[in-house]
Amino acid sequence: MAKVRIPTASRRPGWPIYTVLCVVLLIGLFPFYWTFLIGSGDQSTFARFDALDIDSWIPAGNFASNVQTVLQNSAVGYWRSLGNSLIVSITVSITTVLLATLAGFAFAKLRFRASEKLLIFVIATMAVPVQLGVVPLYIVFFKLGMVGNLSSVIIPGLVSAFGVFWMTQYIRQALPDELIEAARVDGCNTLRTFWSIVLPAARPAAAMLALFTFIASWTNFFWPYITLGNSDNKTLPVALQVLSANYFVDFSIVMTGVLMSTIPLIILFIVAGKQLVSGIMQGAVKG
Amino acid sequence: MASTTEVASRPTSERRPQKSSTFSRWDHKYSPYLYIAPFFLVFIITGLFPIIYTGYIAMQDWDIVRNTGTFTGFANFTFVLQDPMFWKALRNTFSIFLISSVPQILLAMFIAAMLDYNLRARTFWRMGVLLPYIVAPVAVALIFSNLFDDRYGLVNSVLEHLGMTPIGWHSEVIPSHIAIATMVNFRWTGYNTLILLAAMQAIPRELYEAAAIDGAGGLRRYISVSVPQLRPTLIFVIITSTIGGLQIFDEPRMYDNTGLGGANQQWLTITLYLYNQGWGKFDFGRASAAAWILFLIIIIFVLINLYLTRRLVADDNSRRK
Repeated sequence: MAKVRIPTASRRPGWPIYTVLCVVLLIGLFPFYWTFLIGSGDQSTFARFDALDIDSWIPAGNFASNVQTVLQNSAVGYWRSLGNSLIVSITVSITTVLLATLAGFAFAKLRFRASEKLLIFVIATMAVPVQLGVVPLYIVFFKLGMVGNLSSVIIPGLVSAFGVFWMTQYIRQALPDELIEAARVDGCNTLRTFWSIVLPAARPAAAMLALFTFIASWTNFFWPYITLGNSDNKTLPVALQVLSANYFVDFSIVMTGVLMSTIPLIILFIVAGKQLVSGIMQGAVKG
Repeated sequence: MASTTEVASRPTSERRPQKSSTFSRWDHKYSPYLYIAPFFLVFIITGLFPIIYTGYIAMQDWDIVRNTGTFTGFANFTFVLQDPMFWKALRNTFSIFLISSVPQILLAMFIAAMLDYNLRARTFWRMGVLLPYIVAPVAVALIFSNLFDDRYGLVNSVLEHLGMTPIGWHSEVIPSHIAIATMVNFRWTGYNTLILLAAMQAIPRELYEAAAIDGAGGLRRYISVSVPQLRPTLIFVIITSTIGGLQIFDEPRMYDNTGLGGANQQWLTITLYLYNQGWGKFDFGRASAAAWILFLIIIIFVLINLYLTRRLVADDNSRRK
């Protein structure tokens, strides 16, 4: 009788699998290399490129001077835009984590009327596209004199429905009810219970939420482009749009700018990539 | 700090138990509302109110200088629905959405199946597929707009070396959709791969063993065991990519430096149309009408999606019986 080959989790795959995965990884890495290749050349590098010429594939030495060109462009304002991106992304990450954990605590562990219905409402708001409110939001911020001001980008991002949902799910399954009860018996008010018990226990999920919020905010373009596009207060994606409009024919400068705006997130990825992976995978099983 | 307040507050609360328990009852009854209030406050200000206000502006001929409008009924809606540009935008949005989501999900299923093996250095591979996710769509669009340049782009250069005619990645309709879909796929395939991988790993291994004993080969096991088990996750991935895909803006906006969607609106999308009505022509009434139409399209699409996937699940259950 033929032996049945049982696919167990412990069986190590052979080289074909690794070969395919290597190809996948190389495809993902290639655009990074390409960006550096063009960014390290000069104005004519792109037009002279020949795929069959080995020399075309070797970076030239102009990257540093291209970086200088980007830094000197006052319309782009690289350092200021970098600072703005940091201010917006960090602020939004902190407030989202705090407010979402607070709401998640209430939804997961406190009993109050209509809590289930309100939670469903929170989830439903995730399907509402940003575009729907963009015109009035602009009018309101314009009337308040906040167009071109970072607060116009921070305020809509203070807390997200996804964050509330994510923290509710986590606190529900990670925090035993007995612990909350015990705190109550001990005379803790709910805010203290939140601060000394819930927040420390929810740290792993909160860290992941902070990461995803940071990335989403860092890469956000549509609304910041509308409200900050014509101001001196740009975030990096908006600055990149200005750079590409100025230098559309000189791809070496545009690609240098692309790299300069991506490097902070590459650093973040090196530090916290593992957490990102497990965050996505945990969210998938729960959601 | 926390410990000092604790020490300080303990004796007082013991001395006056009555007052503290009234507070405690009040606290447990009403403070939950206080804790969820920030979300609802932000949502009402930046979500609910603008949605209703959008409906109001959509019925107005809006004067951007005076910031008021005159009522024009459904004129903005009829304008948008009679605008050939809008229909082109609708066609492009659907086309880009289909070209990006279908291959993306198939690819993600394929890569997830590879990652589901007991790999050496599995965290490395998982991080590897996720790397493109950290690049902002604006940056992705600039990179790929360069790769797909009609004259000097790498893709056409390779095609020419292979003896094929270069393709008008910017000048033609479907090629420009393929280029933009490639950007979306570049950024999101790895992300969706990890979601599907997590779902695959939650499938009980006994199911595979049972199938293997019944004589099912590798591919057969994948189709008959993995795919049905992944259905809820697939529904989730499809619905989120529908909501996101129909709103696509960053990539088409950055595919050239004018942001008008091409000389013949080859790659104009609905949100790009909305933006150009609002902030190109400063017609907020028409932009609002376009926003509402987009919203309705998304709702219809999500409902169709739900209906179709539910039916597929139902079919599958009856077959299994």
